[in-house]
Amino acid sequence: MTLLIALYSTYGERKVAAFLQDRIGPNRAGPWGLLQPFADGVKMFTKEEIIPVASNKFLFVLGPSIAMVCCLMTGVVLPWGAELTLFGRTFYLQAVDLNVGVLYVFAVVSVSVYGIMIGGWASNNKWSLMGAIRGSSQIISYELSMGLSIIALVLMTGTLSFRDIVEQQHGGIMHWNFLMQPLSFLIFLICAFAECNRSPFDLPECETELVGGFHTEYSSMKLGFYLFSEYINMFISSAVIAALFFGGFNFPGMDWLLETTQSQNIVTLVGVGAYFLKIFFFIFFFMWVRWTIPRFRYDQLMNLGWKGLIPLALINLAVMAVIEMLKHQHAFGF
Amino acid sequence: MLSSLFYFLAFVSIFFAFMVVVSKNPVHSVLYLILTFFTVAGHYLLLNAQFLALVHIVVYAGAIMVLFLFVIMLLNLNAEKEPINTNLMKFAGAIAGGSLMLVLIAVFSKINTLEPAHAANTQIGLIKNLGMVLYTEYILPFEIASILFLVSMIGAVILAKKNPHTS
Repeated sequence: MTLLIALYSTYGERKVAAFLQDRIGPNRAGPWGLLQPFADGVKMFTKEEIIPVASNKFLFVLGPSIAMVCCLMTGVVLPWGAELTLFGRTFYLQAVDLNVGVLYVFAVVSVSVYGIMIGGWASNNKWSLMGAIRGSSQIISYELSMGLSIIALVLMTGTLSFRDIVEQQHGGIMHWNFLMQPLSFLIFLICAFAECNRSPFDLPECETELVGGFHTEYSSMKLGFYLFSEYINMFISSAVIAALFFGGFNFPGMDWLLETTQSQNIVTLVGVGAYFLKIFFFIFFFMWVRWTIPRFRYDQLMNLGWKGLIPLALINLAVMAVIEMLKHQHAFGF
Repeated sequence: MLSSLFYFLAFVSIFFAFMVVVSKNPVHSVLYLILTFFTVAGHYLLLNAQFLALVHIVVYAGAIMVLFLFVIMLLNLNAEKEPINTNLMKFAGAIAGGSLMLVLIAVFSKINTLEPAHAANTQIGLIKNLGMVLYTEYILPFEIASILFLVSMIGAVILAKKNPHTS
């Protein structure tokens, strides 16, 4: 399912781009061009497979595989919905509820750097290497402020499990975390853009400077893997943002719906729908930003990361810690 | 089941650690080291220490090894540029490494194994219990360790900073 959404994200991306640039976009394959992603897939598969002579063959193939596997692994801990009762059994719409789910996502993201790095290095091409180095340093730098912004959130919720964080946001928009922690949300959003290598932070594949960045030497489905993993990453980060800051599968009027229908299943299904609506909004947001804001320069990117976002995230964390402490003192009547 | 899993993991981690030393290409060495870290994280999981396993992957495999790889890729070492190792150097290296191993064996054979502080509690590795113990019982060592980290970080920054008078 993740793959299907990523597939249609490519279509969505082109349609959104066309819309923002006052064009029509793909409209030839199928009605409204809806079969375009499949046509693209067939094209990718049938292209000639080129492995450069001077490259390191094993690592050259390993690179895109790591990129793909890592971005698919994150989806495991995300809570897609509340419980669903089918044929007398209760299912939770989540593959695993790790009590360190948020950390798990971080671990997977930090490992996914290797996809870019190994691929870029194994190509034995200076542009690829430059792209790989840019990509990995960017991801490491932004991971820091991303982690700090999440720590502030974890301080408030007191848990690292996605399900608990989502369930704490139950009860109307006013309980959603982005209102409680606007600064954390902002920092997390910016970092998510950088982690996905999306414009305006797409320096690793900056066409004007580096030809194609880390995937210059790739062709056929291996290139497809890289491009595809970017879209999956986008989908997963949207899902993480929606779960952490926008209440996940909670939606306004949830309790009212439960009372009138008396059926947890309906509420759950609407909740899943609401969650996906939020995710699609963020995917759209990613595309919107890509076609609106020009690319940063590399030193600007690093300055923003280290001198802008990290101090901001640290201040945010300190303020949150003080607030939490005051709240606790109040609660226990010190 | 668990013990066979342990033996498998132990075998794999020792194999990868061996490959780190044996492989000629430094990039391959680093990649084997990353795999070794993953197997060590697997050992933590077997010990029911999920938090430690994940942090191990985030910090070692995710951050420190990326920097290693970084430096090695930038240096772009390959066979032609590699410094020529004479037999004398190999001999000296073998003696130095061998004596280090002797010292380590001597130390570890004499060491007294400490009783684990929370042996009865098998859930100690879960993040909630770990945090409670760390921030109540062991708050002083924990804080001292963090100060140590801070000092070394500042030291690194000072060393890396160019002296404006000399440059």
